[in-house]
Amino acid sequence: MAENPFKADIEKVQKEYSEKMTTGAIVYIPGSSVVNKTGGWRVFMPKFDKDKCIRCFICYTLCPEPAIYLDEESYPVFDYDYCKGCGICANECPTKAIEMVRETK
Amino acid sequence: MPMRKVMKGNEAAAWAAKLAKPKVVAAFPITPSTLVPEKISEFVADGEMDAEFIKVESEHSAISACVGASAAGVRAFTATASQGLALMHEVLFIAAGMRLPIVMAIGNRSLSAPINIWNDWQDTISERDTGWMQFYAENNQEALDLILIAFKVAEDERVLLPAMVGFDAFILTHTVEPVEIPDQEVVDEFLGEYVPKHAYFDPAKPITQGALGFPAHYMEARFTVWEAMENARQVIAEAFDEFEKKFGRRYHMIEEYKTDDAEIILLTMGSLAGTLKEFIDKKREEGLKIGAAKMTVYRPFPIEEFRALAKKAKVLAILEKDISFGIGGAVFADAGRALVNEKEKPILLDFIIGLGGRDVTFENLEDVVEISKKALDGEKVEEVNWIGLRKEIL
Ligand code: SF4
Ligand code: SF4
Repeated sequence: MAENPFKADIEKVQKEYSEKMTTGAIVYIPGSSVVNKTGGWRVFMPKFDKDKCIRCFICYTLCPEPAIYLDEESYPVFDYDYCKGCGICANECPTKAIEMVRETK
Repeated sequence: MPMRKVMKGNEAAAWAAKLAKPKVVAAFPITPSTLVPEKISEFVADGEMDAEFIKVESEHSAISACVGASAAGVRAFTATASQGLALMHEVLFIAAGMRLPIVMAIGNRSLSAPINIWNDWQDTISERDTGWMQFYAENNQEALDLILIAFKVAEDERVLLPAMVGFDAFILTHTVEPVEIPDQEVVDEFLGEYVPKHAYFDPAKPITQGALGFPAHYMEARFTVWEAMENARQVIAEAFDEFEKKFGRRYHMIEEYKTDDAEIILLTMGSLAGTLKEFIDKKREEGLKIGAAKMTVYRPFPIEEFRALAKKAKVLAILEKDISFGIGGAVFADAGRALVNEKEKPILLDFIIGLGGRDVTFENLEDVVEISKKALDGEKVEEVNWIGLRKEIL
């Protein structure tokens, strides 16, 4: 599977971002929010069916996180570290290629 | 040369703000502190003060504007009282959590219902857990001085916490007294310029303030507020020393009056301390071993100073103009916390007095002494004593 295109950026920020609590909990490094994985509170996760996908990019455009990126062939890839399980992608997909399924450990 | 002027407590607070040179003052009028922003707006209009005076539509906005100003890196000031302070409640936590050294003058006033505009401390006492430092003034001079000291301590890098300075509604806010206005140059030396390293607005160096704190970070962030408040003890002591050197007036976390051989000590805050001193003189003439003490700083709670005071007394009576329903006096509860594990401790007595502007008379204080004497003789007394309560109308 293709890699998150921002992986290098994320790793760079992760390296620079000091875990030390600052005065007033102020964040001094722009983009450091990517260090905090925000997918932890998800209840439902998107399950993707490649066969149904017509590569229309609607899910990619509408994901509020944005936790969807496109692979070399322009198929959506879901980054579960940041997908919050809102279900917008599944709701908007015209071919029902995405299904929200209850997440199990 | 310092100038002496006769002025109300509110004007003294406005003068303190003028001398501290805040860049932003945002305020909404509320009795009894209305005159503070009124006077400041006059200073600004007359070109005597170079501050942005923001007229807002509520106290919630006033404190929010101060948070914005302080987050942008400038000195900010506001004034309020009672319901106005209560309306600021949620933002008070934000100011402290973001470590913004805003200073606020409070004309200590009771809370509704019933509506009452007169003096007690329920407003500030109710905000004791917000992370704001709290100072209480005995007279108009102290109102002015403590605001300057509050800025000094709040902006210290070891502290960086907001501070409120309370002065009793009407008893101080609207009563004229001679007040010494320090020289601007000396105040400038004392306070210096506020140049924050942590919170600023600089497009070239973008930062995020007031961000989301996940469970993984929240406790640590709150701990740093706790630590800052602990550091404040030392910084306040230093500020009191420096203030004395520069202005000649001495402040103490707890100021004692004729306590050295006292068996009974009456502890209070604010303007009531003035009344107490006179009362103590009278009782001393009658031969009673009695003393008084005034708590100038309530947050951080002066634990060590309080323990030292408690060591001197056999009975320590705490007189306060507030009530924490379901327990008693709030200051009393704190005092108990300070003494609970001490080996030797006095009998601690809880007195609720002067709520909603009821005058505290010498007769009331005689009642306090009577109860204290009973306790001294080993008699059992009420756990919470409401003094001056009109039982006949209940
Ligand atoms: S469920 Fe929501 S957050 Fe997750 S990929 Fe779909 S649109 Fe994005
Ligand atoms: S919205 Fe559906 S069809 Fe369109 S790209 Fe996304 S998954 Fe494929």
